[in-house]
Order: sequence, then C-alpha cells, then structure tokens
Amino acid sequence: MDTKYIIGAIVIIVVIIGVALYAGGAFTKPEGKITIVGSTSVQPVAEKLAEAYHNANPDVNITVQGGGSSVGLKSVQDGTAQIGTYSSKLSSDKAPGIEQYVIANDGICIIVNKDSNVTDLTADQVKEIFAGNDSSYTVVTREEGSGTRDAFIDLIMGGKNGTNITKSAIVQSSTDAVKQAVAGNPNAIGFMSLADVDDSVKVVKIDGVEPSEATVKDGSYKIQRPFLFLTKGAATGVTLEFINWCLSSEGQKIVQEEGAVPV
Amino acid sequence: MARNWEEFLVEKVLLLAAISSIIIILLIIGFVIQQGLPAMEQVGPLNFIFGMDWSPSYDIYGVFPMIVGSLGMMALALIFAVPLSIFGAIFLAEVAPKTMRRILKPTIQTLAGIPSVIYGFFGLIVLVPFMRIHFGGSGFSMLTASIILTVMVLPTILSISEDALRSIPLEYKEASLALGATHWQTIKNVIFPAALPGIVTGIILGMGRAIGETMAVIMVAGNTPIIPGSILEPARALTSNIALEMGYALGLHYNALFATGIVLLMMIIVLLVVTNYINYKRKVTVGGGYL
Repeated sequence: MDTKYIIGAIVIIVVIIGVALYAGGAFTKPEGKITIVGSTSVQPVAEKLAEAYHNANPDVNITVQGGGSSVGLKSVQDGTAQIGTYSSKLSSDKAPGIEQYVIANDGICIIVNKDSNVTDLTADQVKEIFAGNDSSYTVVTREEGSGTRDAFIDLIMGGKNGTNITKSAIVQSSTDAVKQAVAGNPNAIGFMSLADVDDSVKVVKIDGVEPSEATVKDGSYKIQRPFLFLTKGAATGVTLEFINWCLSSEGQKIVQEEGAVPV
Repeated sequence: MARNWEEFLVEKVLLLAAISSIIIILLIIGFVIQQGLPAMEQVGPLNFIFGMDWSPSYDIYGVFPMIVGSLGMMALALIFAVPLSIFGAIFLAEVAPKTMRRILKPTIQTLAGIPSVIYGFFGLIVLVPFMRIHFGGSGFSMLTASIILTVMVLPTILSISEDALRSIPLEYKEASLALGATHWQTIKNVIFPAALPGIVTGIILGMGRAIGETMAVIMVAGNTPIIPGSILEPARALTSNIALEMGYALGLHYNALFATGIVLLMMIIVLLVVTNYINYKRKVTVGGGYL
C-alpha cells in the first residue's frame, strides 16, 4: 500500500547517500600529502608539528591519526601511511627495512600525593607496588591500550610477558583523571608523562634520579621512551623534508612547547 | 482535491517521523550486532558473558564483572532515588504551597539539565575524597557512583511522577475526601495507586539513564574489571568499559567492545520488558477502563 512508497523513498535516499560517500572517497588526490599514523602519545606532538609545517608550506597537507604504536608500524610497512609513529624503543630485527627517526624523548614520572612522605623509590619497588604486593598504596593506572600505560609496562613491569599491573588498581581514563585521583588520596600512586606533570602531585625520584628534561636528555633517568617517526626505507621527497624540518631547531622548539624532551 | 492531497501529505510526513525512530534503532542494533558478533563467536558467547577476566592484551574477554557492576550501580541508585523522588513528587503535587512549588520545580529541572561530565567532575573532586575519609578504601566505589547516579536520575523520576500524580482527575480526590478519608489516606489509597503506571514509567526512564550513564561513572567508579567484594569497592560498568577502551581498540578488542554493547542492549531490553510486564500486570482498573 502507501507504506510501499515510503519504504521505496527511504531505500532511494540510502542509496544516494551511499553513492555520494563512495564517490566522495574516490575524489581525494594524494598530491603533496603525508599521512601520519600511530602512537597516541606521539599524536599531540605530531599534530602540532604538522600544523606548523602546513602553515609554513600550505601546499603540503598532513593528516595525523592515532591507533597505537603497533598500528603505526603496520601502516608504514604496508604503505598506507608515509610516516608511522612509535612511542617506545624498536629493535631493527622487529622492523626490517624500516628507517627510524627519533624526534623527541619522553620521561614517565611516578607520582604520589603531595602529603605522602615517599620521595624516592627503586624501579623494583615501583614494580612491586604496581603488581599489588604493597597494600599500603592505592594504585592508579590508565586504561588498557593507553600509550603511557604500554610504555610503563615496557619500562617497569617487564613488558607484556612480565608482571601484570594489579587487577584491583583504580583505572582512570586520562592523564588529568590520574592526576586528580592521586592528588585526592594520600595513599595513591600513579604514573604519567613528564610533559603533563604539575605541582598538584609529587614526583618520585627513581633510583635516586629526579625526572627532568636534563635527566631524560642525558639518559640518567631510566624510565624514558623515544618518540619515533618510522618510514619504509629512507624517507624521500616531501616526507624527508618534513622529518628534517621536525629535527631542525624550529621543529624541536614545538616539541619542547608540547612538553616532550627535544633530541 | 487539494485538501485531500494536503491531508495525505501530512499523514505521510507524520508516519515517516514516527517510523524514523524505529529505523534508526534498527540500524543501530544492526550495526552493533554486526560489529560485535565476530568477537562473540570467537570468544564464545558463554565465555564472553560469564567470563570473569577482562585482559585485552592477552585476548581474554569476559564481561561478567561489568554486568555485575552495571546492575549493582543501577540497583543501588534506584534504591536511593525511587523513595526520594516519589515522596518529593507527592510533596510537590499534593502538599507544597504554590510559592514553594515555583521555586522547587525549576530547581529540579535544572538538576536534569546539568551535563553528566559536570556531575562526574563534582564526584571526583568532592565525593570521592569524602567517601575515602568517611568510609575508607580509595573513595572510588560502586556506592560513590550510585550516589552520583541517584542525583542524576532523581529529576527524571520526580518530574514524571509528579505529572502522573497531578493528572489524576480531581473527582477521585473529592470523592475520597467526601467519604471522610484524611488527606494522607487519600494520597495513599486513591491518588498514588491511580498514578502508579505513570510513576513506573518514570522509574523505567530513570533506570535507563542510570544503566546508560557513562562519563560520570567512569570518573568516580574506579573502573576495576573485577567483581567488587562490597559496595565500597571500585567496579566497572559496561558503558565505561566501551568508552574507556574504544579510543585504542583494534581487531578482536574492537569487536569485543561492540559485543559489550550487545550485552548492554540485551540487558536494557530485558529490563524494559520485565518492568513493562509488571506495570501491565499491576495496572489499576477504574470503572470501565484503566489508568
């Protein structure tokens, strides 16, 4: 009956939208275009770099996407992205034929409440606390998949096959939420990127070394990770120009503004 | 002729508007199922729903702790919110003087308009430390989340209940009072039972909001993927599970989050059917029809 017409009209609308979306996708031109995919920790820095570079060179369009470090490596291997980003050390056996450019470094800070009398911990103590073996602490962690969490697991817990972070840890969904949780609880302990630390929480020295731009740069603060740009083979053309610009003093200034440690 | 044509057009436009919600809901359910089913199949539906361990990095997916978390928070929130809002509604509809109503009603409506992140932030900054100091533990707990949820569902249940109470024909009240019943007896035995279907509708909507709330719960519940030992321990809700991890999830993990969505949808549908059935069973017949 009449409903037939309506169903027909809906089908037509859906088909038109579908065709429009499909055709729209086919029209994009890959000219002067760089796609950066990967680590969510590198993403904010990469976005700022891309924005500044695009302002200086309007004919180069750079898109930055997240997904995680493993996606960054995979995308650059199969060629869907010109640059993959990676937020931990990558051995060359794991990524044959992939060129690595260190564009910045980042320290992971262990933070406690301001009223806590803890000032200094060893890496092993931190591991024991996060494994849940010290009930005097309330462990605060990030959600599964977070780049900071992955880096923390790599650097402290012994990687994916090492010790697990205790299941009874409080899970917070952002750096700020971790900061709030630690700032509001005298027994709490958490971790966050050096870039985001402020004086609402206390940063703990690890093995006697205080995390700072200087200690990350000279390597004396151990809980640190590189921010890597990966390319398939050596970078060429517009991609190489962009990477060189990122490593120049101009690019490194933006890295520093974003709170990462320049190389 | 022109008149008929207009009539026809308006009818169809109205029909289209009415069925558009059905189409949208079917599209959403279809999409969620399409995305979630692969994970359900790979993990096994029973392992998925009754699995106690959620460790995406090891490809272990079990949402039972989250089901317990979601239901627990919702139940606690309703235990707090239902009596509070029903008494509040009775007060507003029957007892409150006009001026008081004029102040209270907009205040309650404002409560409903506050975005959930604000509730969450308030909870994180004020309620979590309060709970930690007075009840011990970390302060992040099922109880903390339920208290926030109570405040969030209160305006919904209260306003709908009040509307239901006020829509009872005046004759009922007059008849009851004329028979010598006191005001309280009238409320208890005549007005409240007659308004019950409307009140239950309010509770259902409040329940939907409580179980679907994400942001505020993420901020105060602690989000540990284990079954809480008491209401003072942290828990994770199904909605929080999806929102927490969706940003990074890939492959099986991504599908498992959609499968979490399927579980959530099924739970809501079951709850709706059950409450509607109870509502239907307990409907009040008055004269020839029912209210």
